[in-house]
Formats: sequence, structure tokens, C-alpha cells
Amino acid sequence: MKKLMIGNEAIARGAYEAGATVGAAYPGTPSTEIMEFFKEYEGVYAEWAPNEKVALEVGCGASLGGARTLVAMKHVGVNVAADPLYTFSYTGVNGGLVLVSADDPGMHSSQNEQDNRGYGKFAKLPVLEPADSQEAKDFVALAFSLSEEFDTPVMVRVTTRLAHSQSMVEEGERREIPLKPYVKDAAKYVMLPGHARLRHVEVEKRMAALRRYVEESPLNRVEWGSRETGVITSGVSYQYVKEVMPEVSVLKLGIVNPLPEKLIRDFAGQVKRVVVVEELEPVIEEQLRAWGIAVQGKDVLPRTGEYSPELLEERLLGRKAAEAYALDAAIPPRPPLMCPGCPHRGVFYTLNRMKLTVCGDIGCYTLGALKPLAAMDTTICMGASIGTALGMEKARGAEWARKAVAVIGDSTFVHSGITPLIDVVYNQGMSTVIILDNETTAMTGHQNHPATGLTLNNTDTVRLDLESVCRAVGVKRVRTVDPLNLKELENALQEELAAREPSVIIARRPCALIPGAGLGEKSYYVDTVACKGCKLCIKLGCTGVYWIEEEKLARINPDLCVGCGLCLQVCKLDAILEGEGKE
Amino acid sequence: MNRQSVTNIMIVGVGGQGTLLTSRVIARVATKMGYDVKVSEVHGMAQRGGSVVSQVRFGGKVYSPIIKKGDADVVLAFEKLEAGRWLGYLKQGGLLIINDERVDPLPVMSGETRYPDDIAERLARLVPRTVVVDATGMARSCGSARAANIVLVGLLTRAMALPAELVAEAIQEMVPAKVLDINLRAFETGLEYGTNCRLKVNLA
Repeated sequence: MKKLMIGNEAIARGAYEAGATVGAAYPGTPSTEIMEFFKEYEGVYAEWAPNEKVALEVGCGASLGGARTLVAMKHVGVNVAADPLYTFSYTGVNGGLVLVSADDPGMHSSQNEQDNRGYGKFAKLPVLEPADSQEAKDFVALAFSLSEEFDTPVMVRVTTRLAHSQSMVEEGERREIPLKPYVKDAAKYVMLPGHARLRHVEVEKRMAALRRYVEESPLNRVEWGSRETGVITSGVSYQYVKEVMPEVSVLKLGIVNPLPEKLIRDFAGQVKRVVVVEELEPVIEEQLRAWGIAVQGKDVLPRTGEYSPELLEERLLGRKAAEAYALDAAIPPRPPLMCPGCPHRGVFYTLNRMKLTVCGDIGCYTLGALKPLAAMDTTICMGASIGTALGMEKARGAEWARKAVAVIGDSTFVHSGITPLIDVVYNQGMSTVIILDNETTAMTGHQNHPATGLTLNNTDTVRLDLESVCRAVGVKRVRTVDPLNLKELENALQEELAAREPSVIIARRPCALIPGAGLGEKSYYVDTVACKGCKLCIKLGCTGVYWIEEEKLARINPDLCVGCGLCLQVCKLDAILEGEGKE
Repeated sequence: MNRQSVTNIMIVGVGGQGTLLTSRVIARVATKMGYDVKVSEVHGMAQRGGSVVSQVRFGGKVYSPIIKKGDADVVLAFEKLEAGRWLGYLKQGGLLIINDERVDPLPVMSGETRYPDDIAERLARLVPRTVVVDATGMARSCGSARAANIVLVGLLTRAMALPAELVAEAIQEMVPAKVLDINLRAFETGLEYGTNCRLKVNLA
């Protein structure tokens, strides 16, 4: 029976049907749901690893141990996992290993839009790119066979529009694949230089074999139409091409590394004009140019952002999409923002008031960079906050550190915040680090991590104790505060900034969206006589508090307010009162 | 309904309003009707109170998961300002359904810029086939303001002449059991409103 599935569910299904028994991932949009779906199947082990590098290493071990293994992460996660990836390419696999890279053109929820097809060439891996959910399922299943046949990890690259689009999928039966025997083989699995030199030769032989395979693979196919224009494309771009240019000939590539030279030359030779339609980097285009094939590509299509049907219409057909109705009104932007009751809000409000330099990190709390909180100076990648703060201190001197902090979420701290904290201690920095501990991985939709004490399957496990970790690496000043208590928070900050040694403040409060977070019992209202319109409460940037221009007064929206009480604490006129009030 | 052509429904709102469930219910219904279906969703950061859009396309064969500008048969807006933001996707003669709900974005809350108060009226003047409905109020009287999305599903069911029993079935399959009663009441309320406002979308 056919079923609607988002691409991520189809990927999990494909791995299940192909007999995968082990899965490992770290959550990251747009990849998160893959492992959440995979864990639901019978007969599989699935885990959240502390980060993508560990996830892939667990994957390497499971594969060498003989199991078909699924590893999933967002595009930037592959950077974290790149170290094992490059060398795992040399050792090859035992049980098949499929690494799903979920790229994010358009950066719906990411800090960059790198094109991970590039890893294929660089790490010498076959890269498959499905164009809908059915293909996602089928390609992942086939990828396991290819992995074993060619003795290589296989990357399946998807994008947000594939990962988070639903389309019809025909479900199949699971193939039970017995665990392969493990045979000790140091020459293959121990990458001493002497072994690795020999393995590199094998890798090149493998790539040559793959180049022959892709010429015949059913994943690359020609759909003949008019010979005026031949489009070479892959992934979701294929769908846009079919949507707006149904008449052209199309070479749809399901394998984007290595590319099928003969197939492409034959195709290009039979059409008048060759156009490559690929989002982001000109990966296919550059190879065609290197082969001396004249193509159009990035000369007419952008290298940035997502493609869309109307973009192709405009750039390739010279037809501008018609807007039937145009409203002559300015529509104010609606940026994402912290939820009412968010435990991070008070922290950023306080950092802003204290005019501190804030090295930030990746998570919901990155929204602390936006107005009116506007309390973040830098955000680079997962875990960068602490090292960045230390680097600033080393460049600008100790006094600087007394006016600067690093802020990092609990899940992010476990992901990659511990080693830079060791650096702060080791190299005698004075950084003040705030761990924003909301007891979950909130941004990606509440995933567990080692410090929640729960596994991917929500079963109890040993809870990583953040205070103990910080002390164990040598931080003497470790304290825990309630971020909804602004006075306590500010006092802690003042004391720790003044201390001439490293310190960690753990601001602990569960995410306001977790049921039972302890909010929602109280309600507040504005005493419209006492309110003088100073806007201090508005500066919290909470949707529960809004400004009425006509009256020059603040009001509380009882539908949105969850009673965290921050506005009450910032109001200097006692104009915010507990209770229902009359709005 | 011409089974070959593709019907495009754009569901827009503010992260957290339940647009995702709505698009999934409609997609489920289209599946039950035997169509090819694609849905594009927004997850991640925009769900934190940002402007969100999900897109449902169904027909004989659907390629792109996203709708072209000027090509949506219906824009279903959970919030007034979002109706204005995504209007460019509505096709000539398309149907605009606006929940008469105002959620101030941050720059408005902070007083940096103003909310265009009369936006629903202006849209209704501009787009001949506009329905403005207090779905949130209607949902509240069904037991929870959060069921506004299902009131809108009811209205859409009538407006597009979708088989109501299949929609009800999809809701039963997809809404958590503990809020099912409220949502079924919300669906009935939306259906009733849709019957009375006598709007039909001629599907392609």
C-alpha cells in the first residue's frame, strides 16, 4: 500500500527494509526525524550520540562489526564527522554503512549552506541524491548494497525540500540480513601509514570501478523530449525542471559522485543546448566543463539559496511568474523568537543590560542575537562559543574577559563544549561560561542527550552531571542559578566576571514547551494606572507582552502569557500584577 | 475536479499555530481520494514564532513539492498579516481564507513598526473570493482555541467540496485521542460555517 511520508521517514524505512540493525545520529534540522523514525522499527538499535563524530564512529564500529548501519546528520554535522569519514573511506566497510547528509539550501535552520556533494569527491565516496520520498527509500536501500559491493561508506545527500516534503511511498518487506562475520584484518582496519598507503591504492581502484558502474546504473536515466534543450539535474531540482519545462530532454542523475562521463557525453551530443540545474555549488557543471562540454549553469542560475519553479521559469524561460494580486501595504517581518516563558530570555535580557560581549552558540538561544535582546556578538558553529571567548581574551587581554561571556546550550555543551572548556582551564583563561541548561535539545524538537538522563528511546540511563563535568576539567567556580530569577542571575554574573579564574554558571530551567515545565499556573496583567509606558517589559521581547501605541501603555496577552514572571521583575513601577485583571 | 490537473493549497501562519497538522490532514484526504500528493513543510527555527508556510499539492501527477507564485488555488491563512505576506502565491480567481486573528510580530510588539489594522478588509476588497472567519473564537467555543486549525479545515472542506466523511476520518486518524472530541466539534462548526457562506472553489 502506498503511504505519504516525509523524506526523512522514507530514509528510515529504506534502511529498515534493507536490513539495517544499527543507527546513530545527532539531531540537526533537517535531518532529525530520520533517527526518530528509525528507532520505531523492530529489531534495530538506534541512538543519539553526543555529536556527529561519535555517531559516525559508532557507525564505523557497527559496520566493521558486521551490521548494516545508518548514520544521519545535517550538512554541518558532516564537518564534525569528517575526520573519521575520510579515513573510513580507506578502511572500507564490513556491513554496509550509509551516511545521510541533510543539506539546507536557503538556510531555513542553519548557519551556512555548504554543498555536501563536495565531500563525495574529497573523501572519495559514492554520493546518491534522491528526488522524492520513494527514491529516498529506494536509494537508501540500494546504497547498502553498493556499500558492501564496492567496500565503501556511501553518502545519501538530501536537502530540506526532500527531507521535509511528503510524497507517496510504496512500502516493502524487511530483508533480514544476517550479521557478517568479523575477521581481524589489521592491514585493512588499522590505518598505520604503511597500511594506509596500500588502502589508498584500493580506494582509487574502487573509484574506477564505481565510474564504470555509474554508466549503467538505473539511478541515472535519460528522459527524452525535445532535442533543443537537454537538462542535467538531480535531487529536488529535477522536480522543478519537470514542473516548468516538461518538454525538454532530461538526464536525471541519481548518483552525483562519481559522474557518468560516457552517459553525459552521449546525452550532451544529442541536444543543441545543455543546461545544468543544480542548487548551490556547480559540482556537475565544473566536471562537464573539465570534460570540454559546453554548458549553461551558474551563468544563468544562482549559486546561493534554494531554487524554485518560478526561479527556473524566470532564468531559463524568461517568463516572470505572475502575481495575480498585489497588496499595496508594508507587511512587517515576522522573525522567529523565543517562546513565552523561555528560560533563555532573562539571561539575554541581563547580558544586554550589563553590556557584555557575548560569544554565542547554536540553538534556540541564538535568537538572543535579535532585537530587542540583541545580546550576542558571535555565532560560528556548534561549541564555538567557549573557544571564541578564550581567543578574544587572549587577543585583547584579561580586562576584556571581565566584560565578556560565552553562552552555550546543554546539548551543545555536551556536543563540543567540553574540550574548549578544558582549553580555558589549561591555558589559564578567565572566561565566564554560561550553560543554558533547558534539559533538552530544544531547537530540533526536544531530543534527549546525555545530560537529560534519557536515551533516544526515552529509557533511563546514567545522567551526565554538568556540574561534575565542569569541576572535573578543573573549573573551581561552578554554580547553578534559576534563569527566571533575574537578581540571582545578575549577582552570579557580577561575581563570576570579577573572578580572575574560569567560571561556569549553569542557568537551569526546563524548556517552556516541555509539559510539566512548571509554568502556566500564574497569570499577570498590567495596572494601566501605574504603567507609565517606560517599555522595560517590552524590551524582554516576549509575545505575551505588547505595546499599545495609542495609549502608550504595555499590555499582557492572557492567551500567550504562561506566567514566567520576568516582566514583573523588570517593571520598576510595580505596574504588573498577579491575577486576571481587566484587559 | 479534473484528475489530471494539480490543485495547490498554501497554508500559512505563525509557528506554533498548527499549520503542519492541517496540511497533513488535507494531504491524507487527497491520498484517500486516490490522488498523487506532495506536501512541503517547515520545521526547525521558523517554528519558533516565525512566519511558516506549508504547501499541499495534489492531482494526477505532482512534480514540485512547492507552489509557484500566482499558482495557489487556495491560500488558507491562520493569521491576518500572514495572509498579506503570502498573497502573491494566490492565483487569479483563487480563494483566500483568513482567520480573523492578529498575532503581533516582534517589530510590532516592540513598537518599531505598526500592524496594518485593516489588513483583512483591504485583502477582502482586493480579492473577490475572500472569506474572513473568526476561527479562533469558534474553536474556543468548541473547547479550545487551539482547534482553530480544524475549524478552518471544516470550512475548506465545504469550500472545496471535499468529501466530509473522509476529512473526518483523517482527523480521527491524526489528532491525539484526548483532544479528538474538541476537534471533531471544531470540524463540524467549520463545515456548518462553510455551508452557510456558500463559497465553492471550482477545482481547476
